[in-house]
Amino acid sequence: MPIFNIPFETLPREELESLQLKRLQTTIERVYANVPFYRESFDAHGVSPADITSLKDLARIPFTTKTDLRDNYPYDLFAVPMQNVVRIHASSGTTGKPTVVGYTKRDIDTWSELMARSLAAGGGTPDDIIHNAFGYGLFTGGLGAHYGAEKLGASVIPVSGGNTKRQITIMQDFKPTMLTGTPSYILHLAEVADEMGVSFENLSFKSGIFGAEPWSESMRSELENKLCLRAIDIYGLSEVMGPGVSIECYEEQAGLHIFEDHFIAEIIDPDSGEVLPMGRTGELVFTSLTKEAFPVIRYRTKDITSLNPEPCSCGRTHIRMNKPTGRSDDMLIIRGVNVFPSQIESVLMETPEIQPHYQLVVDRKGNLDTLTVNVEISEDSFSDAIKNLQRLESKISDNIKEYLGVSAQVKLVEPKTIERSQGKAVRVIDNREI
Amino acid sequence: MLAEQISIFLENKEGRLAEVTAILSDAGVNIRALSLADTTDFGILRMIVSDNVKAEAALKKEGFTVGKTKIVAVEVTDEPGGLNQVLDPLCANDINVEYMYAFANPKCQNAIMIFRFDDSDRALEILKEKNIKVIAGEEVYNL
Repeated sequence: MPIFNIPFETLPREELESLQLKRLQTTIERVYANVPFYRESFDAHGVSPADITSLKDLARIPFTTKTDLRDNYPYDLFAVPMQNVVRIHASSGTTGKPTVVGYTKRDIDTWSELMARSLAAGGGTPDDIIHNAFGYGLFTGGLGAHYGAEKLGASVIPVSGGNTKRQITIMQDFKPTMLTGTPSYILHLAEVADEMGVSFENLSFKSGIFGAEPWSESMRSELENKLCLRAIDIYGLSEVMGPGVSIECYEEQAGLHIFEDHFIAEIIDPDSGEVLPMGRTGELVFTSLTKEAFPVIRYRTKDITSLNPEPCSCGRTHIRMNKPTGRSDDMLIIRGVNVFPSQIESVLMETPEIQPHYQLVVDRKGNLDTLTVNVEISEDSFSDAIKNLQRLESKISDNIKEYLGVSAQVKLVEPKTIERSQGKAVRVIDNREI
Repeated sequence: MLAEQISIFLENKEGRLAEVTAILSDAGVNIRALSLADTTDFGILRMIVSDNVKAEAALKKEGFTVGKTKIVAVEVTDEPGGLNQVLDPLCANDINVEYMYAFANPKCQNAIMIFRFDDSDRALEILKEKNIKVIAGEEVYNL
């Protein structure tokens, strides 16, 4: 498969590292000069931009966390004047407020390039027609893939998520050759196609690029068998850029190449914060090297994985990360939407009739993730009329949908029935087999 | 003239109803009438019992959510049109029935209907005007 940017994607290791160092130094100087948060944080840790003389010195710089992003909501971490920001995206945060990220014109160009590289790594060429079922909007998936497809020179169908039956008609008539979206939605799409009597064997797909939520090797087999295509994993998060931070190659499908000319990846011990030796499993941390509007320095992703420096048969010299196996926090990803139990809790707190004794149950029904919120009833919320209780359930469910953007089924349960271990409720039951 | 009903929140789980009846049995409380309203997830058990205070205390002790509601108990004659005689005047006055259930009066041939109206006080006035027999709480509990 052709590599989109041969000079950079196959840069010899030594040259790659000297490029990384140069870009890292520039980034550190820029954030120190332009972002008060970083300046104060570096000063507090007794480190200055001049101290960064090798890539190893990165370990001296303090981490950035989601909490820091929230504390600087919405724009305080931007390193350029708003005048230079051409795009804003957001993802859900740990409480009511989302995490806001910005892009300059050049950031959008970089992102488009990295998405174009990703699509190419997944088998894409200018001859392809790409059916982009990632959601368009504040979520980075839709527009990220869209711009990448255009940069590649492919034809993109901006179909977005939802309206599944129409999507299948489009697939039959427009004959797209590549498919992009979240794996759980794509499997749902396959099911609906099946109900409509449409077989993917008769469609034109050769590959699909799926991400924005964790998925397993068994899901890969299912996707590949049901959709008659090669399923490629893509990774990204809006804080770091969006999709296109790393991508599997069509040749190996074994680990995701991180675009190291734009990002430095580290693996740390999530408890001590110490950098772990190559190959060990821990929390993935990213530093952006070229971003202008929203640079991130040692951003803790909370994703648990390991890195693999072995050369790859595809020819790329960029290091690979293994598929993330879990999270070091309690974030759930439901149909591509990040959900923290604490967000649900704040919604419940704003419903005066109920006690915030709740439990989240995540299931995969068919191929779609479902979220059920069990809420204990109390004497204040109890009524002898069914309609009042149902009204309460739908009020909570509407609020969750409004604040978090995720549909949840709310179920009232008897008091003290939610399991409490060591005095603390077990908040999440995830029955999905990913 | 209003009587009191107790209602209990029940999850749709095997054996929950039997637990309630066992608790009442142990407390020596007799059930006069009951109705169970249910959805796919939960149900509301509504009951007229011989001793509300005792029943409520025993159920709460076992962790049940118990509510109390004022209802109207009406005696309905056991003949065609018996219930209609009660409902007609209420309907004419825009009184809504939230729910209702019935049981046979052990002391005569008549039925007793338990009504939850959206406006109980107004309903009582109308029933009184029409000379329809409303049974007092104490009388219902001790039938």
